[in-house]
Amino acid sequence: MSERPPAPMLEACRLHFAYAGRPPLFVEFSWSVAAGETWAVLGPSGCGKSTLLMLAAGLLRPQQGDVRVAGATLHRPRPRTGLILQEYGLLPWATVRQNVALGLDIRRFYGPDGRHAPQDERLEDHAARVDYWLERLGIAPLADAYPAQLSGGERQRTAIARTLALNPDLLLMDEPFSSLDAPTREALQILTLTLCREQQLTVILVTHALEEAAFVGQRILLLGRPPHHVPCIIEAPHPHEAAYRHTPAYQALCAELRERLEAEECS
Amino acid sequence: MTDVRRRDVLLALLALLLLWQLVAALAQIPLLPPPSLVVTTFVREVPRGLGRHALASLYRVVASIALAVLAAAPLGLALGQSVRLNRLAAPFIYLLYPIPKVALAPIVLLLLGVGELPKIVLIFLILFFQILVLVRDSAAAIRPELVLSVRSLGAGRRALFRFVYLPASLPAVLTAIRQSIGTAVALLYVAELFATRWGLGYYIYLNGSTLFNYPAMYAGVLAMSLLGLGLYFAVDALEQRLCRWQAPSPR
Repeated sequence: MSERPPAPMLEACRLHFAYAGRPPLFVEFSWSVAAGETWAVLGPSGCGKSTLLMLAAGLLRPQQGDVRVAGATLHRPRPRTGLILQEYGLLPWATVRQNVALGLDIRRFYGPDGRHAPQDERLEDHAARVDYWLERLGIAPLADAYPAQLSGGERQRTAIARTLALNPDLLLMDEPFSSLDAPTREALQILTLTLCREQQLTVILVTHALEEAAFVGQRILLLGRPPHHVPCIIEAPHPHEAAYRHTPAYQALCAELRERLEAEECS
Repeated sequence: MTDVRRRDVLLALLALLLLWQLVAALAQIPLLPPPSLVVTTFVREVPRGLGRHALASLYRVVASIALAVLAAAPLGLALGQSVRLNRLAAPFIYLLYPIPKVALAPIVLLLLGVGELPKIVLIFLILFFQILVLVRDSAAAIRPELVLSVRSLGAGRRALFRFVYLPASLPAVLTAIRQSIGTAVALLYVAELFATRWGLGYYIYLNGSTLFNYPAMYAGVLAMSLLGLGLYFAVDALEQRLCRWQAPSPR
């Protein structure tokens, strides 16, 4: 890989977070994600993995410590961070095309103010960008359909197109493929990773499925039982190809993840 | 689907008119003039005052609806978004909603005097609570995931309002209006009995109870029905234009 360690894209510095009246999820938690890396965050439900993603997205604020993205402390959602959730992220009253254009429409609504939209935002090529991403995600024929008329996979393709149309540099995904059937999920995993590599995105994918973590994550953050202090990281550099699923390395990684999760070694 | 329904409505109308004509021909009393006479009276009377009465009534209903939407929709949105605010307001709404506002007519008229205001306020009062409750519930039903993901696209409070809360509450507003048109028109009749010389309510009462001109009275009732029906169709058309997503057709 590269000789110099790339600058961190995301840094959690001595983070402390607890929901009101609940035991803390993160205590003095520090974690760093370098630009261009593809991470999977794996853990059982309730372990705080989605919370970590919300903190990284700027949708939650830590009680202590801070989250830095691209060198700047996060105070609110950042225009260049994309977020894709498991479901219900699309406007039900808008067509696929309108949904894909939503982020761009919001940017036009505010204008390039640097806060809601990047300062160098070019408003004039929005329509072309929407067309491009509809095409790349294979949903151009569905452009005039409403979300309720789509399959789960098509809905997630729409969500991905909407996010990538904003030219993000950091992509956060919370169980984006969990509600899909296996073939759809696997196809969409590969497509998403291919597009992310093309766009040189830093990717953090949260999942409870260890097979998904093993396939997507080149580095895997394991979260066991909270509170979390020191990140437990498994290195698994590998190509994002369909064939990888059939290699002994993949099988071994899955076995290791399963073992570690069951042993609660990372709690 | 709509075409079939419209055709059915027309057929039903025709059947009712036939029945009316039949009963009127058999009864032969001034209290029940045949529809043919009512319609000719209606056509004759429209340019001679009935039209102006109808316009006065239309203005009152539309103004009340517009004011009720303007006041209740933002409040409903605010209550639907904030659990704390709603907890504060819900008991009040719970108590005030079921009060029959028609019964308050004498008080409203007494307090606000003559003129347009009391009539509009009376209709406003009913619509206000219906719209408030429906908009609040529709705003509260917006999934938090949707709000989070739109916020992650860069939306602040203003953009959330414009791109999420406003379109999400539109069907509720239209449903509330449609549900309350019948009540609003009925209230209009009551409101226009007092202190006015214009309006269909006044026209119907004048012809029915003072002048005993029954064909003209029925023409007024016809005008009032058409007013309600027209408003109903207008809201229906708006809903079909603005809320197409609610009736997903199978691909």
